[in-house]
Amino acid sequence: MERQKKAFKAAFPHTIPVMTGYLFLGIAFGILLTSKGYHFVWAVAMSIFIYAGSMQFVGAELLASALNPLNAFMITLMVNARHLFYGLSMLVKFRGTGKYKPYLIFGLTDETYSLLCSCDIPDNVDKNQFMFFIAFLNHIYWVVASAAGALLGSMFTFSTEGIDFVMTALFTVIFINQWKSRKNHVPALTGLAASVMCLLLFGPENFIIPSMVLIIAALTIFRKSVEKGEE
Amino acid sequence: MTLTSSEAFITVAVMALGTLLTRMLPFILFPDSKQAPAYINYLGKVLPYPVMGLLVVYCLKNVSLVQSPYGIPEAIAILCVVLLHLWKNNTLLSIGAGTVVYMLLVQKVF
Repeated sequence: MERQKKAFKAAFPHTIPVMTGYLFLGIAFGILLTSKGYHFVWAVAMSIFIYAGSMQFVGAELLASALNPLNAFMITLMVNARHLFYGLSMLVKFRGTGKYKPYLIFGLTDETYSLLCSCDIPDNVDKNQFMFFIAFLNHIYWVVASAAGALLGSMFTFSTEGIDFVMTALFTVIFINQWKSRKNHVPALTGLAASVMCLLLFGPENFIIPSMVLIIAALTIFRKSVEKGEE
Repeated sequence: MTLTSSEAFITVAVMALGTLLTRMLPFILFPDSKQAPAYINYLGKVLPYPVMGLLVVYCLKNVSLVQSPYGIPEAIAILCVVLLHLWKNNTLLSIGAGTVVYMLLVQKVF
């Protein structure tokens, strides 16, 4: 119990930016889904079991059109393809996480992944419990916010336009921290260049998968110099 | 509701399974018991760096450079985040201030 408290206390501050982002995006999702005529239970269930921000917004559209499970499945794979990268880079980190592992894999959202990549876990804190609390707290924020949006959507009258920038800012800050932590900037620059190029070429709806392919190709070609640069 | 309850249930279940599959696949292909090839370990180690760039671009994907306000609020707010972070190196401050600047810009200025 004492150990859990310690892990919780160490994890919580890292999740504050995600809490802000998830609260507002979750509320927006709840409002959107109820506007399609779905009871708030559906919003909560989707946030518990799907737990993928952008996919749930797409899902709200799918739920507002005729039944087509195969189409829904293919769209899900495409929208969430970037998660493949998250699993690949967590193979080593999640090794030995035992009973926490299935949940850590299930909860691998963009934001949880980013925090797990960037947090320095204090030496005196249980690593598995720390990672669990990062994932679990983020999940709670998301579910609570979706419920709030679905139940009280119409009560939010103050303007929150632009609040979703909190996620952009979070990823930017992690990008800078990573930049400072490495001598070789080829991987970071590859990510930016490949994504911008593919966004211009393929447009906002279709650029993720080509970007992933291009990133893998570039990292493969530059493997020698990247590995050498960090020695 | 466009769909019946059972149709909606199927759709939600399919989306949940699809999402879980994208998160689980690497762990299925390379279980702890089996040593992953050096190439995969290399990718795993180096991927967080390009992914963060990809996520920043992903957040900005709907910003238009040819239509007013030409991405100016985003550019100013990101510049604030970068400069503030390089100066103070305080994660919450950089994120909080950058977001407030962005909200003021899109609500009051542009």
